[in-house]
Amino acid sequence: MIEVICSGFGGQGVLVAGMILADAAIEEGKEVSWYPSYGFEMRGGAANCDVKINDGEIPSPYCLEPDVVYTLNEQAIDTYESRLKPGGVLLVNSTLVPEGRTYRDDIVVIKVPATEIATELKNERGTNIVMLGAMACASPLYDEEKMRAAVEHYFAKKGKNNPKNAMCFDRGADAARSQL
Amino acid sequence: MAKELIKGNEALAESCLRAGCRFFSGYPITPQSDILEYLCWRMDELGGSCVQTESELAGINMLFGAASAGARALTTTSGPGFSLKQEGISYLCASDVPAVIANVQRIGAGLGDIFVGQGDYWQITRGGGHGDYRTLVLAPASVQETADLAYISFDLAEKYRHPVIIATDGTIGEMMESVELPPMKEHDIDKFDWAIRPRQEGEKQRVIWNRFWDLGNDEYPIYLVNKYKEMEENEQRWECVQTEDAEIVLVAYGISSRVCKSAVIRARKEGIKLGLLRPITLWPFPKKAFEALGPQVKAFLDVEMNILGQMQDDIILADGNRHPVEFYGEYWHTIDENKILAKVKEMLEKY
Repeated sequence: MIEVICSGFGGQGVLVAGMILADAAIEEGKEVSWYPSYGFEMRGGAANCDVKINDGEIPSPYCLEPDVVYTLNEQAIDTYESRLKPGGVLLVNSTLVPEGRTYRDDIVVIKVPATEIATELKNERGTNIVMLGAMACASPLYDEEKMRAAVEHYFAKKGKNNPKNAMCFDRGADAARSQL
Repeated sequence: MAKELIKGNEALAESCLRAGCRFFSGYPITPQSDILEYLCWRMDELGGSCVQTESELAGINMLFGAASAGARALTTTSGPGFSLKQEGISYLCASDVPAVIANVQRIGAGLGDIFVGQGDYWQITRGGGHGDYRTLVLAPASVQETADLAYISFDLAEKYRHPVIIATDGTIGEMMESVELPPMKEHDIDKFDWAIRPRQEGEKQRVIWNRFWDLGNDEYPIYLVNKYKEMEENEQRWECVQTEDAEIVLVAYGISSRVCKSAVIRARKEGIKLGLLRPITLWPFPKKAFEALGPQVKAFLDVEMNILGQMQDDIILADGNRHPVEFYGEYWHTIDENKILAKVKEMLEKY
């Protein structure tokens, strides 16, 4: 069973990031659950999703001990860092999180200026894709090439292919690689 | 067929369409609105009617009309909206009209809030309207089961000429899972000898009204008792998970039962003999499942997302008051499998 929590502000694309992970898993014939939780706001409030992937039946869809905590703002770290499994990966959007913040010492922390990279590539809405690249590179549960293809597959299915997504993905992966 | 990744609410809507439902009338309310949103465009593709009504009252009463004419008709809602539909449900029962009503449960009484809850158990299983009635209540615990039960809900409704309630919740409705949808079926609106239609040559005008006017005041009570007896006998559904040797049996439905399954796995790793009895029909309550449990059972733990432990009454009745029944519930927060385990350990010391 793989458990991933994606969390950030509404509008940053954390629900879509989770959906891409779910879509990738289903393409591989796995069982998947994707559970969103968010407030009343379309943008600005907290948005999270719990993604669970398994070869067989998924009992609870809620992530109690995630393997990966994928965050795009600081509040998400406040809420979910403590749940991460020892040795798990915490992805931090360093554009929005102070440099001096301290973290648990039994987890892998990957700091990626995701918002900055996406803005630089003139694809602000690709912040979530930058972080997916970082996640695919940093987490031993994921394969970078397969995840890049999964991102393309997801957007192609929606008829929204944007070549800048691949650039975002690669820059995120590179940023993570330099820290491993 | 390849599996699709869709929300529970969408699975419910699509599965009803595939069962031949071509009439929907309802009003938006979170966490049910995905169903209305989905049917707004999808019903058009199939040539049916999807009406966003001015209120829940109009929603249930338009459904009453469509179903009286033999259509497979659906209305869906959450919490406060379900209260508004009670009068209509009572009318459907009184006139023996089959239809499907879904309640995607949210939290609380009154306005409550938009988040997941299971606080409507008493209302769903006892009936919130007036008069002598019960309804069949199907409670799916996954997106796949939502699709499967929605698909057969119209068959059940027509088999008994009775409304069927699908009781899901905010999590089962809004989460996405991999699901295999059933094949598309056609429904013949003219197949019933009771459904109203313009009077044909040589036939009496058909009418939908109180059934005791058709059957007579002496016959009707006998008819009704038999109808409910038949449903209780034939329609109990449940799932048992590792109850064969379980000393403590969790009883939970919908989203709570999913967390309970995780708790059972966790308990078994620690050598604790924990099992789960999951009612799939809330009415008729699966008494047969309780009768089949072994003598090693020491107690039951009811797990629900509400404050008062509404299902406890039914567990006590189904068990014949032979074992202690305790309750662990959450309101606002989701069910926590570690808290289930802590409670189970406490119970094992006590009983």
